[in-house]
Amino acid sequence: MAAEAPPAVARPHREGLGTWGRLRRATPWWAQPLTVVAALAAFTGYSIWTSFFGPGPNHVAEAGPYLSPFFSPLWWKTGPVTPALWVLWSPLGFRATCYYYRKAYYRSFFWDPPACAVGEIRRRYRGETRLPLVLNNLHRFFWYPAVIVVVFLWIEAFETFDDRGHLYLGLGTLFLLLNAVLLSAYTFGCHAFRHLAGGGLDCYSCVRGGKSRFRLWRGVSVLNANHPMWAWVSMFSVVWAEVYVRLVQAGMPDPHLRF
Amino acid sequence: MTDGQLTGRTLTLRIFRGLPEGEQSYATYAVPEVVGMVVLDAVHFVQRNLDTDLACRWNCKAAKCGSCGAEVNGRPALMCKTRVDTLSDGPITVQPMRSFPLIKDLVTDVSRNYEINRQIPQFTAAPDDGSPWRIDQMDIDRLYEFRRCIECFLCQDVCHVNRSHALAPQFFGPRFFVRVAGLEMHPKDILDRRELVREEGGLGLCNITKCCTEVCPEHIHITDNAIIPLKERVADEHWDPLRRLARRLRGGPGTRGGEAAPAGALGGPGDGGEGGGGAGAA
Repeated sequence: MAAEAPPAVARPHREGLGTWGRLRRATPWWAQPLTVVAALAAFTGYSIWTSFFGPGPNHVAEAGPYLSPFFSPLWWKTGPVTPALWVLWSPLGFRATCYYYRKAYYRSFFWDPPACAVGEIRRRYRGETRLPLVLNNLHRFFWYPAVIVVVFLWIEAFETFDDRGHLYLGLGTLFLLLNAVLLSAYTFGCHAFRHLAGGGLDCYSCVRGGKSRFRLWRGVSVLNANHPMWAWVSMFSVVWAEVYVRLVQAGMPDPHLRF
Repeated sequence: MTDGQLTGRTLTLRIFRGLPEGEQSYATYAVPEVVGMVVLDAVHFVQRNLDTDLACRWNCKAAKCGSCGAEVNGRPALMCKTRVDTLSDGPITVQPMRSFPLIKDLVTDVSRNYEINRQIPQFTAAPDDGSPWRIDQMDIDRLYEFRRCIECFLCQDVCHVNRSHALAPQFFGPRFFVRVAGLEMHPKDILDRRELVREEGGLGLCNITKCCTEVCPEHIHITDNAIIPLKERVADEHWDPLRRLARRLRGGPGTRGGEAAPAGALGGPGDGGEGGGGAGAA
């Protein structure tokens, strides 16, 4: 046996640990937060660019039968502000209050904590008990409008099949349909919807329609088990659908069949 | 090679030694590795052969009693369930759980958890709900997961609210959110613990970063199946005027119409019945 002085990080409890002492650990715990920061920052940056600075009339991304999901539903094409503002607040609010994204940004941006069993820089912590983070409890109120947006995305994806009376099968149609599928999986796998569907009941057999709600709850639970995956792939599919429409708008040919 | 045979490799174990007020240091030991060895085996080898006064709590060595919780290479884990061949090369560092007061070496004082447990009102059925109960399988299915908890308190240890912010006095912690969720979802329980878990339990302090789920040796989905449903139930009562109004108007069975549970009401380990034990599945 050989005794040695303990390194700062290994002392139990918190006293005497410097900032880097609290954060030191052998595993590359920083890789995940860094990736999340990069991805969410890129998404936010692109959203701002396309909504406020994108080319096209009033920055709207549309080309042929396609309309970018950032501007769907497009009710007011003209006006003093970009039409994206009428839409984006709901999916962005829905994502910002989403239980999965909360985990992602608490870890990556707030470092509360940056990774499991890794110390923190901030001393003061109040969780979700004070403004503004307490507003995350309103997640369900963003879910309702998010569902409306998803319904419109489905409608607009199907509308791309119709090109002035002809059946149109374009690559963009495929991307918009895929986007609607992935966003539906994300929206209907939401924890708030899981609760609404039946998770809030204590006794399914005691209420009218309880069996159906139990089945619905179980189905939502299947989607919910992969909620992080749906959150990421739907975010990428929204951006990809947007980029594709922008590219077609800029003159890129859209491979298609027309009948 | 079969279990128990020497692999020929020698492990380097760095084990925390010390008392709360006394000298604290890391002792380094050389331990011959055997096939299938877990960290607890290595610690036992040290106890038997190298340092007989090393303190370590353990009991079943089968990942069922939850006694041997510690931090292996900085991560909360059961020593009896952590195989040494799954750890990265280099010294294996074993420390006591950081969120609890140290007693000696690898042993910590987890009695705070039992005090929290006593604050949670125990399972309470309606007085006129005579037994034997017949409970539909679909009403009880989701509670089985919560009953798997072995109370190792690794989730309490890894939770940053306890670990980094020392807010334990105002925070029940993941283990007890699981217990409250199990009681709240029980079809025969009539108490309403939502306000208790929000006010006394500090549910709002949890920012659902899922570390509790990641370290749970029983693979209970603590965050998704217990804490978030509890947060949603609290939102029903506290943040959703529409739901509250609808519930008031509707009333009726299947919704939480029970009396609010007072803080500090009787409860505690062994308050049987909350998992539906003995209930016949219809």
